[in-house]
Amino acid sequence: MIPAPFTYKRAFSVDEALDLAAQDGDEAKFLAGGHSLLPLMKLRLAVPEVLIDIGRLRELSYVREEDGHIAVGALTNYDELSRSGLLARELPLLAHASGLVGDPQVRHRGTIGGSLVHADPAADLPAVALALDATLVARGPSGGREIAASDFFQSLFETVLEPGELLTEIRIPKPETPRRWAFQKFTKRGIDWAIVGVAVQGGSVALVNMDQTPVRAAAVERALADGAGLRDAAAHAAEGTSPSADINGDRRYREHLARVLVGRALEESQARA
Amino acid sequence: MKVTIKVNGNQVAAEVADRTLLVHFLREVANLTATNVGCDSTSCGACTVLLDGKSVKSCTVLAAQADGSEVTTVEGLADGSGEMHPVQAAFHAEHGLQCGFCTPGMVMASVSLLAENPSPTEEEVRTALEGNLCRCTGYHNIVRAVLAAAPALREGRSA
Repeated sequence: MIPAPFTYKRAFSVDEALDLAAQDGDEAKFLAGGHSLLPLMKLRLAVPEVLIDIGRLRELSYVREEDGHIAVGALTNYDELSRSGLLARELPLLAHASGLVGDPQVRHRGTIGGSLVHADPAADLPAVALALDATLVARGPSGGREIAASDFFQSLFETVLEPGELLTEIRIPKPETPRRWAFQKFTKRGIDWAIVGVAVQGGSVALVNMDQTPVRAAAVERALADGAGLRDAAAHAAEGTSPSADINGDRRYREHLARVLVGRALEESQARA
Repeated sequence: MKVTIKVNGNQVAAEVADRTLLVHFLREVANLTATNVGCDSTSCGACTVLLDGKSVKSCTVLAAQADGSEVTTVEGLADGSGEMHPVQAAFHAEHGLQCGFCTPGMVMASVSLLAENPSPTEEEVRTALEGNLCRCTGYHNIVRAVLAAAPALREGRSA
């Protein structure tokens, strides 16, 4: 199983990547670690004519502290995120969730930026970015812009990024209570996508695989803000969601899982705080 | 495109189609056929090799992405004196294989694990091999082999 033919181009800087993308427009896709894109290409679910390999842009691989927030380069891979001492201290939710993506081989290649722009609602880091109120920094032919994670995900595999726009950085405000976090996901095997997952940071609760995009569990957050008990708040976990049905579970099963996992996550985060 | 990869210490250069996968480069260009193609979908781990020292599934890496890098396959583990690498020796001694199809990938994933964590617990070994499927052994002897290889590798390093 190999991808359909395409033309491979390699960028050695962000500017060069943007120039190459401008040449090919809609026909081009950026290739980071390739662990979302290449499997889709093998199945002909994605058939780009041009791949622009940005995997060597080490300038986009970093985790650093800037005034009041943590800046993560879009090409930082899961393995690096899971081993970052700065993240372990300031954003343990992101470090921990990154260490649970796929398996070690996948974590050596897959990147946070690739996961976010791929916008698979079953992926872990999009929900983590939502729970952490991340800001996504993109550069395109007409300059740069900052996009709130809550505005970024549009639909299944669809974000607000325009063709030729490149996600370069993820900015995450330092949580007021960094220890109040939890991540739960339910899978059949360790390496599988979550059937349902939940990321909690403080009073923010985000769900994996409960809609066409990652979503905040707004009803749970409201209940928590109104002083509800954790179990009572968790009972609202499926409100306003629209999970898909597939071989792993129907809608009602996912709704049940969401309530159970949110309950566990809230208790876990409280126990940790 | 022209791709040059240092495979097991030897430079291998070839003009290949842009869509060539690393595993096919290894098997068909470098003629190193120990690395197996299993599921072809990033699940089974049979095609695991080291890319610049880190385990990757070579069915999900383009040869072009590995251009200029170093790749180690299971053929590159033994030192040439005929003696097996400690992880290979441990798989042999602990009967960590039956049909052998998953073994090259299993061994490479284990080498990568022990490079990152020289003294893993049993649970850490099991977690680290999540991306490698074996349909014969039931995994117990594979885990025993990795645990047995750990001290041998540590001693080898300090020697």
